[in-house]
Order: sequence, then structure tokens, then C-alpha cells
Amino acid sequence: MIHCYQFDGLNIVLDCYSGSIHMVDKVAYDMIRWYENLPAEEVISKAVEKHGISREDAEECIADIDDLKTAGKLYAPDKYEHLAKDFRKKNIKIKALCLHVAHTCNLNCSYCFASQGKYHGERAIMSYEVGKRAIDFLIENSGFHKNLDIDFFGGEPLMNWDVCKQLVAYGREQEKLHNKNIRFTLTTNGILLDDEVTEFCNKEMHNVVLSLDGRKEVNDRFRVDYAGHGSYDRIVPNFQKFVAKRGDKSYYMRGTFTHYNTDFLNDIKQMLDLGFNELSMEPVVTDPSSPSAITKEDLPVIFGQYEDLARLMVERYNEGRPFTFYHYMLDLTCGPCIYKRIAGCGSGTEYLAVTPWGDLYPCHQFVGDEAYRMGSIYEGVLNTELRDKFASCNAYSRPECKDCWAKLYCSGGCAANSYHASGDINGVYEMGCDIFRKRIECAIAVKLLTSGLEQPGNG
Amino acid sequence: MTRIVTVETRDLGCGECQTSCKACEQLNK
Repeated sequence: MIHCYQFDGLNIVLDCYSGSIHMVDKVAYDMIRWYENLPAEEVISKAVEKHGISREDAEECIADIDDLKTAGKLYAPDKYEHLAKDFRKKNIKIKALCLHVAHTCNLNCSYCFASQGKYHGERAIMSYEVGKRAIDFLIENSGFHKNLDIDFFGGEPLMNWDVCKQLVAYGREQEKLHNKNIRFTLTTNGILLDDEVTEFCNKEMHNVVLSLDGRKEVNDRFRVDYAGHGSYDRIVPNFQKFVAKRGDKSYYMRGTFTHYNTDFLNDIKQMLDLGFNELSMEPVVTDPSSPSAITKEDLPVIFGQYEDLARLMVERYNEGRPFTFYHYMLDLTCGPCIYKRIAGCGSGTEYLAVTPWGDLYPCHQFVGDEAYRMGSIYEGVLNTELRDKFASCNAYSRPECKDCWAKLYCSGGCAANSYHASGDINGVYEMGCDIFRKRIECAIAVKLLTSGLEQPGNG
Repeated sequence: MTRIVTVETRDLGCGECQTSCKACEQLNK
């Protein structure tokens, strides 16, 4: 399967099952597409007629295409479906936990998927004892994995900061004893982000996510406190001080865009103007009936924004002022292996969320939905039927993905998004698929336009 | 005339990579 598309003068051909990417001129662009379904002789005749090239030229191009086909870099067959059938089931070891250290929040964002941090339940704070047991549970069930991930999440984790610090100390002690490497991460709304938190994070946190929606009026539409006051003026100075001290360690300025700001590129530009260079801007995760939900009618605008974002990234790269956009990060030469591309995030199998009282859920987006409780850190995963369902959820588990060129980039997508859109983790969130495909097209275009590779002539 | 430029990409299981949702670890050691 191939996917051909054009971006700002680039003709791009993606070969789905080999992972190969080709930049081609307009003659080859047509011939590669035609050759998928037509015999060589017919392709040659069509190319001569449409492009006015000589027969010899067209034959030479077909020979080049045949060489790529022989090398397995064009029209490569699918050799991986059998890997998807039992990969996860054979390897169910846990390597990541999302610790819900606080089911409470000091902001009252109406679009919050976690219902203002309470996850449709009561306010709660994780005790040190529960967190400690969660770390033990992770290490006990990690098997061959050396690298383990623990994310402090909420709600607002800084509302339980002392426990976070104690758990990091405990994790550091345990990783030495068990020959593990624990990467701690934190997501915060910034209200309580002070010098002490900054110093600790710069020492211990592998990555820190800072929530800001961009422009002041956009951020303060939803990200308000319980008195209804916007958070922008309080959090931006905290974030700027944090990033100034962060050095070369990872952070992400992470925004949410909704139906109200489909012109989200302006929010990205605002983040850049504030001095932030590691950026992420995500479509809102909410009930489709919510007024803030993205609609089908929004998609053309959103696609245009993603294209303009790609152009801005190339422009700033050429000016020596590059920035990172989470979704456009692709490592073409040393990227994920086929197993990772098939299996995705590992929710419900190698990645689990832990509530403040120690219950286990497939991921943070399922917390609070009793039907998805999998067990606890004390008794382990009891709902093995549910675990097996998540283990089978991958790039090959949905018939709708069969002919999708992007499935080995999205790994079948997000189980929670599928569940919320269709009622089934093996369903399809079509709008999410449309957005994902556009982002991958733009991400690859950015890579090619900043690669320094000479583009083919246009014949 | 060069009509096709093939970009270098990885030729398509240790599990040591970071969980991704909220680089390959082996090849980037």
C-alpha cells in the first residue's frame, strides 16, 4: 500500500509496509500511482501523453520504480499482521504507571475530561503508603523491563507535592536494589509551581508538562479558578521562570484547542512569543455534545492550521530559530520498531493508571468508569478478560484500519478516544483519524523540507 | 535526471522505549 500527497511543491510517496519515504518529481508521482493498478506499458504510454516526455525517459522511470519494488521499498507487502495477533499477550509485563496522586484541583476548567480532577468521584489524595505500594507493584510486575516510567498526574499533582517527593526518593532507592531505571514525569497547571518545585523537577523529573492554552483570552476562557478568575497572569510568569532554569531537560508547554479556537496556530505563536520552544497543542477530549467539542465542520480550518504550522516550523528552522511541536516529532532513521508501531501505547497491559486508593485502570482516561476497573495494586490485575481485550487492541484489530496508510504510525489510535466515540475500544474515532493523518502528512513534510536533501527536478 | 529521491528510514521488541500516549531506545544508545 502506498500513499501519495503533495505539500508546498513537494511530491511525497509513502510506502506503508516498508516505512520508506520518497520525494519524487511530477512524472514519477503519476507513474508510481498508476503503476499500482496498471501494467507497465500502459503507464509508460500515459506518462508520454500527459507529460510530453520521451518513451525512453518513461521506460527509465519505470525501471527505477521496479528497482525500488525489488528492494522492498515500494508496494511492499504486509508481512506483519501475524505479529499483531499475540505480541502483547506473550509479553504482559508492566513498565509504566500513571499515579493519580491528587483527585482534586485548584483550577475549575469546564472542559476537563477528569471532571475538575475528581474523575466523577470524590476528592482524594494519594497517601505515601499507597504510592509506595504502587512502586513496589510496578517493580514486581516489570519482568525484563529495565526502563520504567512513573507519571505524577491528577487533578493537580502539586496539591500533593510532599508525597510526590517522598515517592521519588523511594523510587530512587528501589531502582538501585532492583537494577531498574525509573523515569519520573509530572503534569502541572502551574499555579503552585515555585522555585522549590522547579529545583526538584530539574533534578528528578525526566519530563514536565506545563498546561497553557496559548493566548490569554483563550486560556482564561476555560482555565479558571473556583472564583471564575483566569489563570494566565498567575501561571505564565511561573512557567517562564521554570523554563529559564530547565536547561536542556525535557518539558512541554501543552495546550488544548477547542471548537472556540480552531485558529490554534495563533496560540502556538503566543507560546513562542513568551519564550517557549517545546510545544504541544491537542484537540479537546470531551463529550461530542459539548459546545467546546471539535466538529466535522471545523476540520478544514484545523487542517489549514496544521499546514501553516508546518510552514512556520520550516521558516523558523531556516532562520535558525527552530521549535518543537510534539506531533511533528518523527525519528525516521532510528524510530520505533515494527512491534511498537503495531502495538501502540500499551494501555491496559504495560501501562496502567493508579487511583489515590490503589485501584488499577487501563489508563488515565478510563479512571472513574467502574466497568474498566482492572484490579488493584494489592491484588494485582484481576480482570484478565479486560486486559486481554486491550492486549488485542492494535493497528490490525479494526477492520476500518485495513486500508489506512497511516496505521503503522498511529498503531490503531487511542483506545479511550475510540471508546468515547463509539462505545467500544475497538471502535473508530473517525475525526481523530482524519486529524492524525493530516498531522503525519505535515510532520513528514517538515522532516523532508528541513532534511537538506536535494529535491528531484520537476521534469 | 533524478526523478526519485529515497529518504533514509528505518527498515521495518525490547520494550525499553518510553510509553507513548498526555527514538528507539536501542538504536539511540
